[in-house]
Amino acid sequence: MLAKRIIPCLDIRDGQTVKGIHFEELRRVGDPVELGAKYAAEGADELVYLDISATQEGRRTFTDLVTRIAARIDIPFTVGGGIASVDDAGRLLDAGADKVTVNSAAVRDPSLIDAIAAKYGSQFVVAAIDARTVDGRWVVTTHGGRRPTERELFTWAREAVDRGAGEILFTSMDHDGTKNGYPCETFARLAELPVPIIASGGAGTVDHIAEVLTAGRADAALAASIFHYNETPIPTLKQALRERGIPVRL
Amino acid sequence: MIAVVDYATGNLRSVANALHRAGAEFTLTADPALLRAADRVILPGVGEASSAMAKLRERELDGVIPTLTCPVLGICIGMQLMCLTSEEGDARCMGIFPTHVRRLRGGASEEGPLKVPHVGWDTIEGLRTPLFDGLHEGSFVYYVHSFAAETCPATIATTRYGESFSAALGRRNFYGVQFHPEKSGATGAAIIRNFLNLHP
Repeated sequence: MLAKRIIPCLDIRDGQTVKGIHFEELRRVGDPVELGAKYAAEGADELVYLDISATQEGRRTFTDLVTRIAARIDIPFTVGGGIASVDDAGRLLDAGADKVTVNSAAVRDPSLIDAIAAKYGSQFVVAAIDARTVDGRWVVTTHGGRRPTERELFTWAREAVDRGAGEILFTSMDHDGTKNGYPCETFARLAELPVPIIASGGAGTVDHIAEVLTAGRADAALAASIFHYNETPIPTLKQALRERGIPVRL
Repeated sequence: MIAVVDYATGNLRSVANALHRAGAEFTLTADPALLRAADRVILPGVGEASSAMAKLRERELDGVIPTLTCPVLGICIGMQLMCLTSEEGDARCMGIFPTHVRRLRGGASEEGPLKVPHVGWDTIEGLRTPLFDGLHEGSFVYYVHSFAAETCPATIATTRYGESFSAALGRRNFYGVQFHPEKSGATGAAIIRNFLNLHP
């Protein structure tokens, strides 16, 4: 039976792991390769590395890091952050990434999704979508949630899938970093799309993750701080999910 | 010598990395002479079946691979190309395994709607052959695919996703796995080790 996936997310700046609280106040939490290997050994089903470097230098460091991750880690990993062209995606594929996420650049130019999917396959493209509610409507945002766009969440998610995105990674900017749980109704609606949905932003407890995987019908849950600060170690989380009848890989 | 068939279907790095982690030396090659001289051959592959098959034909490897006598392991598309046909691009394949590759149907199941591609960790059952030595029924492996081989007498492991398909195939010296052992953690590493330790 297909397992629900638990995915630690590592934010990388200039080659180091950081975690943003509301994408601000970044704190260092360790060496990315070592931390990823630790999570893989503990039972993480996949890893996501997001490059939040602001400089060219930082980006080059990230590509080198991807090469080191690929050599060491024996589970799938996804990389993202600042991917703006097919060449960017190809560079990360060559470095050993299994998937890339596209976010702001795809909102700006949606054909980026078509182009990457056509060249490397849909399984390689994850559409990452950040959104927040404005007057009861889910508005897609870019640049780490700072810039609202004209796009509406469900319409954009559908378009991303139609253009070839193989998975959707949705972060509610209303919930990210709050540890108050996920917007499960919104996830359940996204789950009507024919591709896997990865839930991100808001996990504080085992119950939150269990809810988004059941009521929210998400295929995977992505989290950072509960793992980085060892509040809920992955084996504890997975055991608790199994006890709730949720299929997980143990 | 371990030969990894390099026929320009894209990323060989993950297989190469897995062999490095297993401590194995290998050569990336499309040279028929090197493949015939190898004591293990791995046929990886990502992408689309009919174009991958065309690339094998361009290199005349479609005639070479079925005649190899050492242990051969096809991974994902590599395994599919060892079947009779694939619905993906209506490809005629090498016919090593007596089965056909069909599109996963998806749709509804008792567990809820099934999405295609089948992405993530799923269980393998009915394990046969030394490829799975030391592994238990229900071990989890990592999948990313939209097409799968129907079960047949050469099926040596199955996975159920709506219906059962061949998670792995085995016939004489030929093996194939639909999942990605190179991305399947300790279970995948054990399968790769078992393949490297097979007696021809």
